[in-house]
Parts: sequence; C-alpha cells; structure tokens
Amino acid sequence: MAMHPAISIQNISKQYGALQALDDVSLTIESGEFFGLLGPNGAGKTTLISILAGLVTPGHGHAAIMGADVQKGFREARRMLGVVPQELVFDPFFTVRETLRFQSGYFGIRNNDAWIEEIMANLDLTSKADSNMRSLSGGMKRRVLVAQALVHRPPVIILDEPTAGVDVELRQSLWQFISHLNQDGHTIVLTTHYLEEAETLCQRIAMLKQGKIVALDTTANLLSRYGSVKKDGEGKTDLEEVFVNIMSKGTP
Amino acid sequence: MKHGLNRPALEYGSGFPTLLFKEVKRFYKVAFQTVAAPVLTAVLYLMIFGHVLEGREVYGRLSYTAFLIPGLVMMSVLQNAFANTSSSLIQSKVTGNLVFVLLAPLSHFEFYAAYILAAVFRGIVVGLGVLLITIWFATPTLEYPLWILTFAFLGAAILGSLGLIAGIWADKYDQLAAFQNFIIMPATMLSGVFYSIHSLPTAWQMVSHFNPFFYMIDGFRYGFFGVSDNSPWSSLAIVFCFFVGVSVIALRLLQKGYKLRY
Repeated sequence: MAMHPAISIQNISKQYGALQALDDVSLTIESGEFFGLLGPNGAGKTTLISILAGLVTPGHGHAAIMGADVQKGFREARRMLGVVPQELVFDPFFTVRETLRFQSGYFGIRNNDAWIEEIMANLDLTSKADSNMRSLSGGMKRRVLVAQALVHRPPVIILDEPTAGVDVELRQSLWQFISHLNQDGHTIVLTTHYLEEAETLCQRIAMLKQGKIVALDTTANLLSRYGSVKKDGEGKTDLEEVFVNIMSKGTP
Repeated sequence: MKHGLNRPALEYGSGFPTLLFKEVKRFYKVAFQTVAAPVLTAVLYLMIFGHVLEGREVYGRLSYTAFLIPGLVMMSVLQNAFANTSSSLIQSKVTGNLVFVLLAPLSHFEFYAAYILAAVFRGIVVGLGVLLITIWFATPTLEYPLWILTFAFLGAAILGSLGLIAGIWADKYDQLAAFQNFIIMPATMLSGVFYSIHSLPTAWQMVSHFNPFFYMIDGFRYGFFGVSDNSPWSSLAIVFCFFVGVSVIALRLLQKGYKLRY
C-alpha cells in the first residue's frame, strides 16, 4: 500500500474580494510530524486550515489528507482529520457527554462510549460529563473542543490556536496530552502565537505572511539560519527572534 | 492511555441518524416553548374565532368550529416545521457551532434529510397536540386518514425546506424574522385556514389559487371531511411539485455550501 503524506497542499490560492488570503501555497506534512504553522494575524493560517477541513473551497489548487482529496474524497478526508477550531464554540442545548456522543455519531461511529470516557478522563472532563456546556468555564469548553476533535480517532489533528486565553495549568496538561498523541503516531499541526510552545513542540515549522509561505524548515534549521541577529541572556536564539527577523523581510 | 491509532480500526456508518436524533432532541429539550406554546396559541384561535363565528356553517353542513380544527392543526404543523429548521440553523450559524456538523463527513443529502425529517416530526407532534386538545370543542370526522397523513407530511417537509433555505440565507435573526413575518405568516393566514375560499370575492378566490399553502390546507381538510374547495388530486400534484421545487433549491444551496462553506 502506497504511503501518503499526512497533508498535501498543492498550489492553493484563495481570494476574498480584493484580499488575496492565500497565494499559490504548496506544502507537504509527513505522517507523524509535529508541525507548526506560524504567522501574524491575517497571514492565511485559518484559511489554510479551513480549506483542509472542507470549510472553505480553494480558488485554485488541491489539498489532500492522507491521500484523500478534501473536495472529491471529502468523506475519507474528514474521517482522517480532527480540527480544534480557534473560536470557543459550543451547542448550548447539550451536556459534555451528549456533545461528544453527537460528534461521534456525525462521523457514523456508534458504541464509542469507552473511547469517549477515556478522552474525557485524559482531559479532566469526567466530573463535568453531565454538565451543560453553558455552565463550563472557558478552559473547560476548550477541553471539550479538543475532545470533539479526537472523538473519531483521526490520524491527523489540527489545533488552531488551542491555548489562546487558557491558563498555564491547562496549557501544560494539553501539551502533554497532545505530545502523547504525537508519540503514538498522530500527525499534529499547530498554529499558535505562543512561539515558545511552537519551538518546544514542533519538529518543523512553516511561516506564512500575506498568504505566502516565507519560511519552511526544521525548527533547528530556522533557529540557526535566521537567529543570528540578536541573542538572549544565555546566548541562545529563540523562535520569537527568528519570527521577527523573517517577518520583517519583504514577501518573496 | 492507549491512544486512538493503536486501537482496532473504526467502522463508519452514516452520520444521518445522529444528526436527525440531535435535531429532535434539540426541540424536545425546550418542549414547553416548541410544543406546548404553539398548541396553546392554536387553542386560543379556536376559542376566539369559534365563539365569534358560532352558528355559521361551512360547506352547508359543517359547524364553523369543526371546519376550523383541521386548518388550525395544519397551520401549526406548517409553522412549527418552518420554525424547527430555520431556528436551528440560524442559532448554529450565529453561535458558530454549525462547524461541528460541517467538519463531519455528511453529504448534503444526509444534512437535508436529517433537518427535514426532524422538522416533519416536530410539525406532526405539535399538530397532534392541537388536534387532541381541540377535539374537545368539536369532533371532526376522519374520512380519509391517508390524505391527512400525506398532506401533513408533504406540508411539513415543504415548510421544513423553506426554513432550511431561510436559515441558510439569513445572517441575522431579524432577516429570518422578516422571512417568517412577511412571507410564511401571510401565506399561511391567507391560505383558507379560517375560511373556505368560496366565501371570498371572485378576484380573491383567483389570488388564493396562486398560494401553494392553500392546496396544503385544502387537501389536509379533505382528509377530515371528504369535501374541499379544490380536487384533492390536483392539490396533491401542486403540493408535490412545490415540494420538489423547494427541495431542489435547498439541496443545491447545501451542495454549493452557500453561506455555509466559503
């Protein structure tokens, strides 16, 4: 059986009126990678993720998840993908357990309670399982979003700024959990504005600016290539400095 | 924890039954508002109009109250079928939780079928509630139950589809309210719920024949009394064509992802 990359993006462009959100973006993410997608606000990260998730139709180009085209093979592509959206969205009619059961059912998976209970236990949601979504704190709602993305056991998981507005304790437990998933073979794609998180977790990073990829390399290579201008107190370059250096240059 | 990829492979079915169940559970959780309130409204209509127009006869043999009951039942079926799809969609769009359905591997047919069947179910539940309460005031006959069920199902499916179209089109609650108040409500009220169109001046009788809601109510009423303003077969043909038309539009919008997928 041919091995497909986890994510394949070929010449994707997307325009909203006069705004060129993505401009001929090509990118391949291999299976098992922990990949960072970085860029300032409006760089096109969420548009790219939305195209992969089938929420946005590309103007040009193709994208595939584990070899399944996100448009023509949408069923297979969506089964392979779990997305944690950026916004803290929830259905106010239902409890945490109902929310997860419904999400499992939307993927056509029945009798998934054992896995749902396990996800809830790992995300410290068990005590809130029968609470209405409205009654949860922001951090708890964020955990439910992560659980929803995992309920169909996707091999590829995209987290769109999952730690925005989240306390330190949850951030650490979330990264521990996501790192375990990555060690077990799940491909993780992360967008975040916390660059120290990306530096610690991501093996490879792409940086987007005005809809174009302006840097794509391993984290170690990016640090060594772009980090020579300024050093921190211990003489070590950090990703924030690299990010600023890359973004301050013109778009290629 | 033994994570997902190390488990036996999952077996996938269709997401349609879950989406249908979720849509039913959504209105069931607020049944006081979605079922009890419209039943009360219909009973109030019956008490007021039945009292004011007491002593009148329709079709030469029916008491006005008995004539009114099927119209009120069908009006409740139609309005609640519309409300179910439209309110569910606009709420999900405004709050953003529609993303969970859009991320799932559901086809536009599955999406449509789940929303419409839930709308039909709510419409029929409310209609049954109205019927059960109103038969205390007058007992309508049930001449042709199959006609009743056919028109109830098709009428609810049509209004469910219109609700789906309105919910997809509307970006705000007031746009949806405009659709409901300026299209659905007048078309329902002027469809012969409260009168036989034979009691209208000729010009208004003609106008009524251009209102597809008239055929839904008239055909439904035929199932109760075996008498109607229009032939039930021609009403069925018109209602069925209307159903196909609105279904095609709704399915096309879903397939294109109009205002749902950008």
